[in-house]
This record gives sequence, C-alpha cells and structure tokens, in this order.
Amino acid sequence: MDTPHFPIYMDYSATNPCDPRVVDAMIPWLREHFGNPASRSHAWGWEAEAAVEKAREQVADLIGADPREIVWTSGATESNNLALKGAAHFYKTKGKHIITVKTEHKAVLDTCRELERQGFEVTYLDVQSDGLLNLDVLKAAIRPDTILVSVMFVNNEIGVIQDIAAIGALCREKGIIFHSDAAQATGRVDIDLASLPVDLMSLTSHKTYGPKGIGALYVRRKPRVRLEAQMHGGGHERGMRSGTLPTHQCVGMGEAYRIAKAEMHEENKRIRALHERMLAGLKDVEEVFLNGHAEQRVPHNLNMSFNYVEGESLIMGIKGLAVSSGSACTSASLEPSYVLRALGRSDELAHSSLRMTIGRWTTEEEIDYAVATIKENVAKLRELSPLWEMFKDGVDLSTIQWAAH
Amino acid sequence: MAYSEKVVDHYENPRNVGSFEKGDETVGTGMVGAPACGDVMKLQIKVNPITGVIEDARFKTYGCGSAIASSSLVTEWVKGKTLDEAASIKNSAIAEELALPPVKIHCSILAEDAIKAAVNDYKQKHAH
Repeated sequence: MDTPHFPIYMDYSATNPCDPRVVDAMIPWLREHFGNPASRSHAWGWEAEAAVEKAREQVADLIGADPREIVWTSGATESNNLALKGAAHFYKTKGKHIITVKTEHKAVLDTCRELERQGFEVTYLDVQSDGLLNLDVLKAAIRPDTILVSVMFVNNEIGVIQDIAAIGALCREKGIIFHSDAAQATGRVDIDLASLPVDLMSLTSHKTYGPKGIGALYVRRKPRVRLEAQMHGGGHERGMRSGTLPTHQCVGMGEAYRIAKAEMHEENKRIRALHERMLAGLKDVEEVFLNGHAEQRVPHNLNMSFNYVEGESLIMGIKGLAVSSGSACTSASLEPSYVLRALGRSDELAHSSLRMTIGRWTTEEEIDYAVATIKENVAKLRELSPLWEMFKDGVDLSTIQWAAH
Repeated sequence: MAYSEKVVDHYENPRNVGSFEKGDETVGTGMVGAPACGDVMKLQIKVNPITGVIEDARFKTYGCGSAIASSSLVTEWVKGKTLDEAASIKNSAIAEELALPPVKIHCSILAEDAIKAAVNDYKQKHAH
C-alpha cells in the first residue's frame, strides 16, 4: 500500500491512519443503519445493538477479556478519568492514597492532580534511567491506605514496556486496585487479561488503526472492581458511562481490534525489522543516545537524542518526515519533555530528542530516506552549533557558567 | 507551527556561519543563552580599529529555526555599523523583520543580547 501522504508519516504514536477495512466497516452504520443501540422497541435499535455487542466482543477478544468487562468511552483520556476518579471515589472509605509514575500520560497525571485537589494523596514515582519502574520503589511507596496504583503499559514517548504482570501481582497481593493505560499497547504487545492481574485497563481505538473518538475501559468482574460513574444520564454501559453509543465508532474500534488480533504477530515481525534497520542506520552517528530501554520496548518507537542539535531545528530540516520532538519549542510550553527529564536526561539531551514512531504502512524505502535525511541535517546543524564546536574543542560544557534566560 | 518565509530562508541559507579567532584583538565575541533553555547563540564581530566600524560578522547558534534566523539576520545587520549603532539594534525590529510569533520573541531578545555581548567584549578588550 502507498504512503497515504507526504511528508512520510513517522508519528504513529500520535495517531494511526484508520485502516481502510475499518472505514468500510463503519460506513453502513453512518448511512442506512442509523438506529440508536439503546432503542429496544424496534428493529433499527436491535440491529445497532447487535453491531455494538459484536464490536464489544472483538475488543474483549484482543485483550483476553469478557465482553461484559468492556465499557465504551470516547477514548483513553476518558477511560483514564473514569478509572482513576471512579475507583478513587468508590473506594475512598478504604483509603486516600494513590500511586502513579512520573512518566505517565497527562491524562493520568492531570487526573491525579485533580484527585489531590479533592483530598486524595498521590505519590508520583521516579523511573530508572531506562524508563522502567523499579518494583522495589513501588513496594516502598505502598502504604496501608493505598487504594489505587496506575502504571501505563507502553510509554507514549519512549516506547518502554513496564512489567505489568509483576506490578499487578504485587497490587493483587496487597489488595490494591491496579489500573494500566494500554493506549499504546494494544496490537503491539500480547495482552491476556485472563492471566494478567490488571483490574482496570484504558484502551483507545485510534492508536490501533481505528477511528478517533472511541475507546473503552476494561473493568474486571472477577474479582469484581467497582467504579463510581463520572458521566450520568440514561444509565448506559451498566450505569458506568451514560451517553448514546456511537454505533459506527464502536464498529470501527471492533474491526480495528479484530484486525490487530489476526495480524499483529506478523506485523510486529515486520516492524521489528524496520526498527532494526533504522537503529542500524542511526546508532553510529556521533553523540547519539537512545532514550528508553533498548530491548524492553515496542519496535514501533525509536526515541533518540542527537546531542548539540536542538530538536525543533532538526524537525524543521527533515521536512520530508512527520515526526515529533521532546523539545520545548515544538510545544506551547517552554519546558522540554517531562518524560525525558524523568529519565534523568539533561535538559540539553531532552531538547535534542526526536521521536520516530512507525507502523502498518511504513516501508523500507521510507526508513532509508529517514536515516539519510536525519544524518544530513544533524551534520548541517552541528556545523551551525556553538556547542558542537566547543565539544570538538574539548570544552566540558558542564563547567561553563551559562547566562540562563 | 508555520514559519515565515524569511525564517525559512535564513534557516535554509544561513548567512555568515562560522567563527573568528577569539583571541584576535579586532574580534568581539558574545555568547548568550543556555543549553538547558534550548538555545545558545555565539555572535562575533570583526571591527576596524581605526574607524570603529564592524566590517564582518560570524555566528553559530544552537536553537530552534527562529533562533538560527534571528542570529543569521543580525550578522547581516551589524556589518557597516559602528559599535554604538550595532548595540542599539532592538529585538522588536528583528522580530518584525522575521515575522516571529509571540512564542518566539525570546529568540529576537537573545539576538539583541548577543550583539550587546559582542560589542561589550570588544570594548573590554580595548579599554585601556
């Protein structure tokens, strides 16, 4: 299949193109089959309900869950809100302490901040320099009043895979609810909730080649996990999330997850080969650093810092590539990536990072083009960089008194 | 974020990239910014000791496209100016010329600071 657009898309961790098979499956539910799946009194509703329930089974199937454990939401942000606020509110009489990790997505961190404003206490754990959570650090943070732990499955910026099985086992042993944000994990790593001790899992559609605007929260039935609803109304989704279900969106996510289940093993082999090709092409560039653990990561993500080159200027140079940067300048804030900072990366290296994420339609030719254009632009910008000049002259940059502004 | 044509032009074809010998008596060097903040500019001016006019300039910049463009632009602007004329270049003029958005105004401020630092360095070398 051809690349959908130029520039070459290497930002699959931001979103995925929707698989054409998914689009085809959705269209009828936007056209002639418009019924409300909650309409119980006529065939328009019945057929829509059947479509939604089939999709629910497809979603459950990818993660080894029971369809009754799937609650539709608008995406991972809503799932994270529902999981954290819902569990915290329901279990607040048991305790008020929550544990999460500094490298979580903002949808978890900001929700935790809100829970702090509501009177909960939150511990934000550091990660190791490879991005992984040390289990002993988690153990030490657990208190008698800890009710909830939230650790993401696959990190969105650096692609590292946390040891969810071990973290879940520890939480289970201590009787603590365990939530994991799996937005970046579905279709990339095997998930079997029949054996994986996770109580709540946030899912999204658009990072697994489905449409945006739909996601789900897995809520374990055995042992049963309870939530307080955050969205009130018609009592849809067994009272956990009211609101008319968007049939076409549910169908799209279901189809996307069905394809993922059927094809992910073959697809991931291909993507691993592309990952290795890209890494081989870039790893010998002088002063380049891989961000995140080298093996304990999804092959879709390659996050590297090109020392003495500022990330935004590099992105401006490699204009044939659609990638993202941990550099402050590409975002509205002037702070560099908090994820890279949490790894203990210096501000300079955080400012010099490039996140390249690949997927279903990435080709070898695109990888080769990317490697060539990155190398060329890094060399060009280093010629422009006073820091590179000083490094080459043997000046230790950490000894210089910079006039911070 | 879309860049203005002038920013892109300076980024693609930066003017006067390079370095003069720091110890040269006719050279003033200004280095401003910090790697931790994501931009460092080094601006050097070569001054005619008789006339006090800046005859040449060089820069190297670590930073975003707007920072590179701001410093490239001022190497063109300072040439032919006296030290005091150069030191009176305002960041607002740089920002206006390059059509910098508000979030990039700090790049023009840094470029103004770089000129002042280079002029001061030259003046200090020649303060007897």
